Amino acid sequence: MELKMFIIVLGLLVGSLMLLEGAASSPDMGTGISQNNHDHKDVGHNNTHSKKKPFPVLSLDYDTVRLPFEISLWVLLASLMKLGFHLIPRVSSIVPESCLLIVVGLLVGGLMKLVGESPPALESKIFFLYLLPPIILDAGYFLPIRPFTENLGTILMFAVVGTLWNAFFVGGLLYGVCQLEGLQHLHVDLLSCLLFGSIISAVDPVAVLAVFEEIHINELLHILVFGESLLNDAVTVVLYHLFEEYSSVGTITVTDVFLGIVCFLVVSLGGIVVGAIYGILAAFTSRFTSHTRVIEPLFVFLYSYMAYLSAEVFHLSGIMALIACGAVTRPYVEANISHKSHTTIKYFLKMWSSVSDTLIFIFLGVSTVAGPHRWNWTFVIMTVILSLVARVLGVVGLTFIINKFRIVKLTTKDQFIIAYGGLRGAIAFSLVYLLNPHHFPMRNMFLTAIITVIFFTVFVQGMTIRPLVDLLAVKKKQETKRSINEEIHTQFLDHLLTGIEDICGHYGHHHWKDKLNRFNKKYVKKCLIAGERSREPQLIAFYHKMEMKQAIELVESGGGSKLPSAMPSTVSMQNIHPKKTPHERALPQLSKAREEEIRKILRTNLQKTRQRLRSYNRHTLVVDPYEDGWNDILIKRKKMIELEKKISQMNNYLTVPAPPPDSPTIARARLSSDPQAWGIKASTESVPTIKVDLASPQSPESVNMVDEFGKKGSQAKESKEEGGLMMKAPSAAKERKDKTADEDDDREPQQRLMRCLSDPGPTADEEDEDEPFLP
Amino acid sequence: MGSFQSFPDDHQYRTLSEKTGFSLKQIGILHNRFKQLSQNEETLRRDDFKTIQDLESNPIRSQIIEAFFDRRNFKKDGVGSVEEIGFEEFLTVMSYFRAPTHHITEEQREEMRRAKLRFLFNMHDTDNDGTITLDEYRHVVEELLSRSGAVGRETAKGIADAAMLEVANISVGPMAPDEFYEGITFEQFLKILKGVEIETSMHIRFLNMDTTALCK
Repeated sequence: MELKMFIIVLGLLVGSLMLLEGAASSPDMGTGISQNNHDHKDVGHNNTHSKKKPFPVLSLDYDTVRLPFEISLWVLLASLMKLGFHLIPRVSSIVPESCLLIVVGLLVGGLMKLVGESPPALESKIFFLYLLPPIILDAGYFLPIRPFTENLGTILMFAVVGTLWNAFFVGGLLYGVCQLEGLQHLHVDLLSCLLFGSIISAVDPVAVLAVFEEIHINELLHILVFGESLLNDAVTVVLYHLFEEYSSVGTITVTDVFLGIVCFLVVSLGGIVVGAIYGILAAFTSRFTSHTRVIEPLFVFLYSYMAYLSAEVFHLSGIMALIACGAVTRPYVEANISHKSHTTIKYFLKMWSSVSDTLIFIFLGVSTVAGPHRWNWTFVIMTVILSLVARVLGVVGLTFIINKFRIVKLTTKDQFIIAYGGLRGAIAFSLVYLLNPHHFPMRNMFLTAIITVIFFTVFVQGMTIRPLVDLLAVKKKQETKRSINEEIHTQFLDHLLTGIEDICGHYGHHHWKDKLNRFNKKYVKKCLIAGERSREPQLIAFYHKMEMKQAIELVESGGGSKLPSAMPSTVSMQNIHPKKTPHERALPQLSKAREEEIRKILRTNLQKTRQRLRSYNRHTLVVDPYEDGWNDILIKRKKMIELEKKISQMNNYLTVPAPPPDSPTIARARLSSDPQAWGIKASTESVPTIKVDLASPQSPESVNMVDEFGKKGSQAKESKEEGGLMMKAPSAAKERKDKTADEDDDREPQQRLMRCLSDPGPTADEEDEDEPFLP
Repeated sequence: MGSFQSFPDDHQYRTLSEKTGFSLKQIGILHNRFKQLSQNEETLRRDDFKTIQDLESNPIRSQIIEAFFDRRNFKKDGVGSVEEIGFEEFLTVMSYFRAPTHHITEEQREEMRRAKLRFLFNMHDTDNDGTITLDEYRHVVEELLSRSGAVGRETAKGIADAAMLEVANISVGPMAPDEFYEGITFEQFLKILKGVEIETSMHIRFLNMDTTALCK
């Protein structure tokens, strides 16, 4: 049912698109005439009394909005296509999205041709300036740095040496083939062939992303193929310009080759430097955006785009600039911007890259129908075969050399996937499209050949890679969440290995990485990260991120009777803190009236109080009263609280240790990604607070225990000796360690309230362990 | 490696090589380093490690140094720690950081994995009771964060507690309120670190070591 409606809408859309194309393009004179009319009208109005027409109630003026309208229509079509594929689950599981989109493009192009219109081809300018950057930025921003740098050597080998090998192999052999009888008429000279070879040899990031995203192979292979597709841009740029320049001349000397190598270094390193500079600028700018959160994402996008454009100005590798910018920006910007901005950036990038991706494939299809073709069986078939052979040979040969230096060797299966995953895509197409037909009379043939190769790789390889991955039982991506133990030990190992290297006297991998990290921490972070976040170590950041995730999960799930958590609440703090048991203080049982009173007070005050709940995988709720949904959260929380009351276990305490406001570091660290909230916190001293401290204030032990868990840093696992519920706005909890609770209390104007609440009769001694108090 | 003395005890080197798996060349290099650190004496003491500048900025420096003097790392059932070590012990500890060779059977790989994880475990389990208790784990995390000032110390406890809970949840499952989880045993340690490919990540490339660059 859904599907039928969808298809009808789609049909209407495509129809309207073509009609508009027809209507608008058929007379470009039409625009001219209407222009004239306008002029005439103006003139006429001034000079003579022309015939008075009745006032036009409704008029058609398509030309002014033509361009944006058509663009929007195309984007809409692309998005609807994407939507459609996911409504048909069966098809989308067999055929990768990119194939379907190309087919759609073919259909649309075919329809257009039928109608008599010339379908628009994928203009290189539009492709390189508007369609490609979002995809690359998305890839660069979310590039997994650790696996990337660990395998950098391998990736570079594949990208540089592999591409060079491919280019020369294909180009050279094609030239040889063209020299054979029967093909002499093509007048394909060596340099043109080499140019063609270099264009076609580059693995395309767009296609790789599109296909690999769906097959979920393990991280190593993914990063190898993907990294290669990104880094080979520099090689492609250099080779392309080199051959293009000199193909008119006809010869290349050794000097040119040497210059080419220098150019390669300049292009790649220059691109990276440009990207890094813009990245640092972006990070620096984001340091000051605490008052203008709304435009934070814009800075990231703008700086990155400018990096790309700046690199393109100098013919440096724009892709590498973009990757460098994204990778450099991310760690610093993420520490500075708010959670919402982070989400915005993530979603915008994903959205743009998705739309770009879809548009590119559709236009590939349309361009296939549109573009001038010149089919030559031999040339095309040889191209396809040679590029395949070159890829396989290249990968196998390189792996043989690389494996000598790798600890984790690449197996045959890995090699196969790497070779098979070398898809060609729109970049190659656009590069050929850019060729000047006058200099390259066989451009059309190249175009045809490239399209064939692209189709072959995307359709055949793209479709079969998934069953092959399953057949060969290639390791898939681990879906397991990264646990905190693993994180701790990864850090520990890093330091350990650095230490051992120092002891050995070996300046290896870890040594330099450690030096870089220390430099980063000491100087760079101070510059680029605002405030106290600059000193937050990675482990803590990771921990807070996990907590936030827990909190969000919890709130989203609404807190049912079974409190969701990443780990089942089967083990609690008391299970691992046995030595606290002698000191346990169960909470005294309050009478019903008291509870009601307390609850009422809480209800009224919760509206204004900033709560900082902290616990790991229990009830975590980091809230910002200035955020939307505050009330929802409150209601949910109250529901949770009430439900918990019914659970008669000592384990489920809700503890809300107070955040010490005096130490912004700590406060900041709590809210890993919402520094703005921290800023506000300082001003809520005047907010009425409720401190319900049911642990007997007289016993210092209980206070200590409270400190143990009640402090911001601690994990705040529920436990008996916790001492109860404390909801405090920022006040000096930090000092509680040193002072007694009484002193602490004195500082609070609301302590009167506390006293009356916390002196309910039963003292700490007569606890009834089975009744938790949970307001 | 200018003045490379000829192996004084070829035979000794060979036995060491068989025992630890290093090549003769690597043993030579490491011996040079040992002599450099120990100022040409026969044994190495804890103080000798202080001469290494780069090590000073390492947050877990003391644990690393301790690992060299821990008898448990020398042989299977060693207990306690020693004050000074000879070259053989030095080499034995270093051998924990060798990479697995290409042609290695599954068993050997597992064996190597266990050995390396045992080394890590020993580093954490300072009182040698076979389990990593909460305090010991807390100490580990605190050390890791020791360069971060006040923030580190307080969060460290939280992190250690969280980690401990995670282990308890994974290994033991549901526990009654009055049960007590002693600590992480070696088997549980193996389990939680299953995701980290220890045998390949815990290694140093002993290929080229330029000991002359170290005269700081």
